This record gives sequence, C-alpha cells and structure tokens, in this order.
Amino acid sequence: MDTPIRINAAEISETVSQLCQDANFNLGSDVVKALALAHEKEESPVAKEILSELLENAKIARKNTMPLCQDTGVAVVFVEMGQNVEIIGGCIYDAINAGVHKGYKKGFLRKSIVADPLGRTNTNDNTPAIIHTEFVAENHLKITFMAKGGGCENMSKIAMLTPADGREGLIHFVVETVAHAMANPCPPIIVGVGMGGTFDYAALLAKKSLLRPVGSENKNPDTAQLEKELLDKINNLGIGAQGLGGRITALAVHVESHPCHIASLPVAVNIDCHSHRVKTAILGSK
Amino acid sequence: MTNIISINTPLSDSVVEKLKIGDKVKISGILYTARDAAHKRLASLAEQGKELPFDIKNQIIYYVGPSPAPPGMPIGSCGPTTSYRMDKYTPLLLSLGLKATIGKGNRSEEVLEAMKKYKAVYFVATGGAAALLAQSVKKAEIVAYEDLGTEAIRKLEVENFPVIVANDIHGNDLYKEGIVTYSKTSLSHRSKTA
Repeated sequence: MDTPIRINAAEISETVSQLCQDANFNLGSDVVKALALAHEKEESPVAKEILSELLENAKIARKNTMPLCQDTGVAVVFVEMGQNVEIIGGCIYDAINAGVHKGYKKGFLRKSIVADPLGRTNTNDNTPAIIHTEFVAENHLKITFMAKGGGCENMSKIAMLTPADGREGLIHFVVETVAHAMANPCPPIIVGVGMGGTFDYAALLAKKSLLRPVGSENKNPDTAQLEKELLDKINNLGIGAQGLGGRITALAVHVESHPCHIASLPVAVNIDCHSHRVKTAILGSK
Repeated sequence: MTNIISINTPLSDSVVEKLKIGDKVKISGILYTARDAAHKRLASLAEQGKELPFDIKNQIIYYVGPSPAPPGMPIGSCGPTTSYRMDKYTPLLLSLGLKATIGKGNRSEEVLEAMKKYKAVYFVATGGAAALLAQSVKKAEIVAYEDLGTEAIRKLEVENFPVIVANDIHGNDLYKEGIVTYSKTSLSHRSKTA
C-alpha cells in the first residue's frame, strides 16, 4: 500500500474556482480548432459569417475576461479520486461547492441555479454543483469542470431501445434527437452519446463522452466508425450554425459504450453547444 | 447575404414592413430584456388588463439573461436565450403593440401567425456570441422585477446591435428556407418547436 496522498480541502476549492473562470473565459484549443475547420468547410454564407462571429467572440472573451456565453452553465464536476488520496480539512463536496461559489462570484459569472424546480428561487451562487465521483488506481485527484448550458441540456434525450432496434435504431434515435432540436441547442453542437449500461448510466456516459477532446475518436474501431457515421448523418440534416441552414450542424459526435442487460439497449444523447466549456486540473500527482 | 440595414427604435410599421428574411440589421436605440420569469409576470398583468412596467408599443423585447456587469462595464456577456420558451406569451404581447423580438431558435405556428396579424418581426442574434454582443450595449438599467436577478427587465441602450431577420411580416421563415437549401436527407422529423 502506498502512503496516502493528502490534499487540503481549501486547495480543492481554489482549484474549482479557477476552473470555473478559466472554462468560461477561455475556449479550449480543441473547440477553436473545430470551429475554424467548420468555418473553412461551410458553404452557406450566413452560417460562415456566424462561425466567424463565434471565433471573434472567443478572442474577445479571452482578452476581456468576459464569459463566452451569458449562460455560464450549471457547474458539472467530475472527480477522479485515487484510492490512496486523503482529503484533509473538510468534506470534498463542500470544498467543490465552495469553489463554485467563489469562482462564479469572482468571475462575474451568471448564477443560473434555482433551489427548487417548481419553486424556482435562485440560490444566488450557482451552487449546488452536480458532482460525479469515481475511484481510480492513480495517486491523484483529477477534477474536471464543465459549464453546461441550459439550452442544449434541454434538447438532450434518453431512450430505452430494444435489442432488436440495434445499431440502426440507435442511429435513428440519435439523428432524430438532433433533427428535433433544430436551432435550440446552439449549433454547431457536440453530440455526446451513451449506449448500454442502465437508464441512469447511459445518461452519465453521454455526459462523460463530452469531456473527451472535441473530435477525438473512441478507442474501439467499431465505435469510432459509428461516431463517423453519426456525424455524417447529422451534418446531412442541413441545420447548420444557429439553425439557419448549413453543412456543419455538429463539430463532433462522441460515443461511449458499456455492457448492458440482455433485454436492454439504453441510449442517451447529451447535446452540448459550441460554447463547449471543459477544463481539468490534477492535484496531488507525484 | 444582403446589405446591412440600420434601424432605430421605436419601430414604425413602415420600417418593419420593409424587412425581409435574411436581412442583416443593426439596431440602435432601446431594447427591453425579458425571459421566462419576466414573461410570466408580464402576461399575468396583460391578462388582467393592468399596465405593464414599460410602454411596450413599437418596442423590441430581447430574450436575454445577462451575466453580471464587471466593474466599468454597463453589462456582462449578453447573448440571446432560446425563444420557444416565450412562445406561449408572445401573441398576447404582440397584440399590445410589441413590434419585434430578438432571440434564437424557431418560433411556434401561433407566434408566426400573430407576427403576420400584428405586423411584427422576429430577429435572431448569434447564440453564444455573448461577449461580442455585449460590445454593442452602451447602457443598462433595471426597469422592473429586480428580485428576478438576471431575469429582471432591463432597458438597454444599444448601438448597431447585430441581428438577422428570421421571420418577416409576410410569413416567411429563414429557418425553414435555410435548412431546405442545405439538407441532404429525407429525414423529416422537424418539429416547429422542440
């Protein structure tokens, strides 16, 4: 057994606060690259102009430390915790929420969370974060922050397909979900697909797939092929940037897969907008 | 793309009548912000025949919940939110003289019909270009519902605020036309509103 790695809760808070701001001000180089490529390929003059506005917007946001989008998202935090990591000086969930509180205040980010889905009173500090925790063999604490917009989250869907629906049924469901979403999720989008697992796990996989660098392929060649096929079909819809017609509706499709029950084929589609804000930090690594 | 048309608020019928889908427009003057929660309150007042907190006649409503203004700035980032969530309330507001709305995403058949009936247009601003759009906002003040925070109604003074006409008063729809032009698929499940 390795000696435990101690990480202070205050360090976690500070890291999360920085990630909230970094993600909202600085569009990742993978997204910038994908938008530039889309701009190059796009045939519609309207869509091409929109794509150049988005590239310009990313420059302004970075330079002026302004949020890329006024919807600075629900804070979704993925934690990979090494089994030898020990958190000292507080609870990890409290530390993460304290970081979100601080980051959203300090960065002048919008507070978009209501305490009760029906009562709808704003919590005024964008907490609580949605936190997913996973134990890993590595001796580190990896924190990935995602600012997830409401418009694209609203266009996400899940289906419990049957084994008979198979690959074709899955493709149909994913493409229909994007077709139905039209302009609402702010295309060009990134489409996250989770297949297999259970009702809940498919949705988690779909969201996790969005953490991959934009345009990276699944390691499994069959799944990578499925990603390519889905991307082609989605781009053939003609929705285009902001839904005003064009060749590029999605910048990427990421699929993640998991074993499932003999009776089931769960499929979840989690859509992210072009303002795809994901940042990672690793603590305690030797 | 066509030439850029510059317009000033308040909007007269003669200005609105000339706008066609696909026109690039730069707006100068006043925009009133309102999104989900403010619309609920406005509609409730209108249904009871009560006065609204601002004179809506010939005005433009912008669907936005801005991020907080950093020091020295009139407003934070302020791109459009998705419009379909306001569809339920829009025909009523158009009947009171509202001349245009700004948002993103397509509108319901009811809203399209009401726009024809009351001679109003729907503009789209680029969703997610919020830091860029903030540069066109010169002043912002809350005029109602401060308790709603980002969802409060604000009066924005804008200069050359860039939008595209998505629906004109003649019933044309840029969303439908644009997608038909670039679609390579027979898949037809395209709902009017999601």
